[in-house]
Parts: sequence; structure tokens; C-alpha cells
Amino acid sequence: MTTTTLERPLKTTSASPLPLPAPEIEGAVKTKELVIVNWSGELDKVWPVLILSSTAAASGVRCRVFVTFWGLLPFVTDQKRIVGDNWMQKMLTLMQRPGIDHLKLSKMNFLGMGPWMMGTLRRQYGVASPRELLEAATAMGVEFIPCQMTMDMFGLKREDLIDEMGEPAGAATAIEIMTEADASLFI
Amino acid sequence: MTLQIHQQVDARGLSCPMPIVKTAQAFKAVPSGALIEVLATDPGSVKDFAAWSRTTGHELIEQTADGGVYRFVLRRK
Repeated sequence: MTTTTLERPLKTTSASPLPLPAPEIEGAVKTKELVIVNWSGELDKVWPVLILSSTAAASGVRCRVFVTFWGLLPFVTDQKRIVGDNWMQKMLTLMQRPGIDHLKLSKMNFLGMGPWMMGTLRRQYGVASPRELLEAATAMGVEFIPCQMTMDMFGLKREDLIDEMGEPAGAATAIEIMTEADASLFI
Repeated sequence: MTLQIHQQVDARGLSCPMPIVKTAQAFKAVPSGALIEVLATDPGSVKDFAAWSRTTGHELIEQTADGGVYRFVLRRK
């Protein structure tokens, strides 16, 4: 039996080639940050994303929502019904109507019966709708960042999305903001 | 002594998170030190306003409950 010794780079604490981060100003308090990756696009998942993001903004916490994959369809404007360039992309939105008012439940959807019941219960108990929460969130400065790759794949153009969406970005941006944030969620 | 309330937020009948969201929006429009009175019926708001006060630094100076209506008085920092 032989043992191989793996060569590991020596850990040194001195002479770092990377510039050190600027020392924090004494007394300055960093704003807390929350990042949510909104990927599912389902009513029972988009709803908590909007509740948490609007509450974060209301609590003085900077909140950014990276919107990707199915999560992008709720952010298509009301003026668009079918989006995409080719038949496959068009089929997507034909089968899943885009827009904040047309979300499906991840369970017990029952051809729209589930979301209809949720809507009825919502009104009965004074719960804000996803649309109301989205309006509150954007008004209070929650930043929604659409995923460029998803936009390309689904054939979505910037004008297909609501005006409040920020500049499209990619995974590296998502990683950067998630690792800098105090908390990050994937919903 | 009665408190000088700058503005009142009526969040009765609203569910989480709207009492907090409406209060935060009202706070934006008032000067530092101003008092805001919030009325809510959501039982969850008792814990939520205490948490919100800790997160934001706006002081929760009074809290009462009367027949299912919760009343909070907060001071803008």
C-alpha cells in the first residue's frame, strides 16, 4: 500500500497580491441586504417572494430579486398574451398564460379551481394580491433583475416585461449579489 | 398626557404584510421624531411591529389592544 501526498499550496497570510478591502468607516452601519432568486413562477411561491421583498423594503432592508426561468413569466406585461419568436416559445406562453394575475398553484391547481379558491379566500381575509404586492414592492424600491439567458431562451424582449424590471443580467451577477447579501433565498 | 400623533394608519381588516407596508410608506412622508399611530386587526401584527421596530430602529412607544383592534404608536427615528 502506498500513500500519495497531495501537494497543496502553502497558505500564507502575508504578501497577498489582492488589494485589501477598504477599512470600514467607524460608526457607519451597513444596510442589510436580502437577495431572492425567484425561479418557480407559481402562485404559492411568487406570493411569498412578493410578501418578503415588500416587507424587506418596508423594513429598510435593501432587496433585490433575481428573476429567472419560470419566474420570469409573471413579470410579462398585461398587454402581452403570447410571447416568443418561434413556435416552441409561443407554445410555452400558450400553455402558461404570462402575467401577475395568471399564476397557477404548484399543488391542487385543479384546472384553475385552486387559484380561484385562493383568490376568494384572499379577499375574505384581507390578504393583498400578488399584483398589489408587486406594486408596493416596486414603489418601495425592490429591484427586480431579469435573467438574460431565460429571456433569450423564452424569446422575451425587454419591452415584453413590465417597466419596473431592472437591467437584465446573468448568473455571475446573481452570485455576486447573493454572496454579498446578509440572506439569500431560492424560491 | 396625550401624545401628539402626526398621522394615523388604518390597517384594520388588512393581513400580513400590508399593515407593515402601509406604515413604512407613511413613515417616508413624516419628519424625524414624528409619531404615527397604527390600527390593525391582524393578530400577527403584535409580533411583527415589535420586529419591525427592532429592524428599522423606529421606536415602538405604545401598544394597546381593545376588542380585537391593536393600536401601535411608533416614533420615526
